[in-house]
Amino acid sequence: MAEPGVLTAYRALLGAQARSQAAYRTSFVVDLVGNVGATAFDVVTVFVLFGVTRELGGFTLRETLVIVGLSSFAFASADLLVGNIERLSRYVRTGLFDAVLVRPLAALPQLLLMDLPLRKVSRAVFGLAVLVVALASAGIHWTPERAALVVVAPLAGVVFFGSVFVTTATVSFYWIDSGELANSVTYGGRDFTAYPVTVYGGWFRTLFAYGMGFAFVSYHPALALLGRADPLGLPAWVGWAAPGVALVAAAIAALAWRVGIRHYRSTGS
Amino acid sequence: MSVIELRGLRKEFTVRVKAGRLRRERRTVTAVDGIDLRVERGEMVGYIGPNGAGKSTTLKMLTGVLMPSAGEARVCGLRPVAERTRLALRIGVVFGQRSQLWWDLPLRDSFELLRHVYRVPVGEHAARLARCRGLLDLDEFLDTPVRQLSLGQRMRGELTAALLHGPEVLFLDEPTIGLDVVSKQAVRGFLTELGRAGDTTLVLTTHDLADIERLCQRLVVIDHGRVVHDGSIAALHSRYGSRRMVVAELDAPLPEPPALPGALLVRVEADGHRLLFALESASVAEVVAGLAGLAALRDISIVEPDIEEVVARLYRAPAEVG
Repeated sequence: MAEPGVLTAYRALLGAQARSQAAYRTSFVVDLVGNVGATAFDVVTVFVLFGVTRELGGFTLRETLVIVGLSSFAFASADLLVGNIERLSRYVRTGLFDAVLVRPLAALPQLLLMDLPLRKVSRAVFGLAVLVVALASAGIHWTPERAALVVVAPLAGVVFFGSVFVTTATVSFYWIDSGELANSVTYGGRDFTAYPVTVYGGWFRTLFAYGMGFAFVSYHPALALLGRADPLGLPAWVGWAAPGVALVAAAIAALAWRVGIRHYRSTGS
Repeated sequence: MSVIELRGLRKEFTVRVKAGRLRRERRTVTAVDGIDLRVERGEMVGYIGPNGAGKSTTLKMLTGVLMPSAGEARVCGLRPVAERTRLALRIGVVFGQRSQLWWDLPLRDSFELLRHVYRVPVGEHAARLARCRGLLDLDEFLDTPVRQLSLGQRMRGELTAALLHGPEVLFLDEPTIGLDVVSKQAVRGFLTELGRAGDTTLVLTTHDLADIERLCQRLVVIDHGRVVHDGSIAALHSRYGSRRMVVAELDAPLPEPPALPGALLVRVEADGHRLLFALESASVAEVVAGLAGLAALRDISIVEPDIEEVVARLYRAPAEVG
């Protein structure tokens, strides 16, 4: 893994992907612009909601925007970096997966780099812009700890969503047409993290927020940044747990990938 | 040490078969059913069998793509799945129906990328590429995006791509499938050249038996996941009774059928004007000389045994252990 040539190899794969996409310049630009749409819609939705209410689950517009910003940036970045792994079943069907396995590099980084959707860069940038504006207008009382958290929490969110993408994609090692199931978790998770978890109720909240850990993407870090106590009564340190949760998610994803690949190799389907 | 060593290699798949409207039954299919094989350095082995015989499955197990259900595989002394990336540096793989090239980039860029992927020193890479360019006439389409190449051009690119890191073993799965005659010739000529150098081991699966006749001294035939023949093409012919034939056209029929040592008269045609001899131990020259002493010859032709027919017969035969 530490072999220096390996990194050069991955960089070369990334460069090739960039040049491949540049081959379709017009459509690339159109997609670049169009891709902002989906993320912008999430933000517009929040404004629309606050047009009819002054608070959402006990949070003001400015506070909610911090949550939206964290969620948008984390999801869009993870979608850019790892999201195309949801095409795993296609890689298996077209034989790309086999082609990748006969090369002297790890399979997952190869697949991600060879199919990196650079046109989604615009979404991640837009998500970052929303986050920056929201943080600036939320009246946060900055401390060194919060300054550290504001850097680490979005990255942890990216790792978390990336892990969700990988974990759900591995289902197609067992069951080729599992795309819809995977989407309900990834896109469902994105929508879930765009609002304070207090707006959801019952078992649904427990499952998504804490069973799957989506509360640690935006809700809890936002509480810590805003200096608010959790209306649901969890202690303040939970807001700082995002990196730990992300690491656990990454470990689960790595395990799921390994097990999935082993299954693929033993069934060849 | 053998370059490739297989002992009791097996591969079973579990498939779900429709049984009724909703019910699905699990059924185990044995794709490879206990293959023992040793291939020495520099050998060129043709690996053939009907569709579904287990050819590609074997190749996938040898290249680290699939894990054997049982048995052992060693390629270059390595276990293919467990030591996949190390093995990948020492083998080349061409899957006829899947590409190692970058679709939207000029062919030249794919080669450059593979140099990084395989960590090949610049000098070595350039030397091997120069050789392939010469032998495979790549120059005219080196700057064309791969998606615009003809199948024959692409296959020449794939071959080059598989060889740029100087593999010890080259696995080819249907390298001539779908190619026109000229491209087939180019690919075969190139592989012959490669085999002549003697340091690359070559294993190829094909449906085109002309590939085998041109390239491989050794032929491994599998059917229902088992080896039914392993040996030279000549051995296959002698085992299944197909021999070269000498067809002699005579000016006038002979009064009685001639007896020639080492050749068997199998047919008399055209009212005795045409005689067909199957060669057993005699050479063509001996048969012709023998005939010339008996009758005036108008024409002589030699008919090579039809390997297609032998193999077709082999496939139809019940799978006996060979």
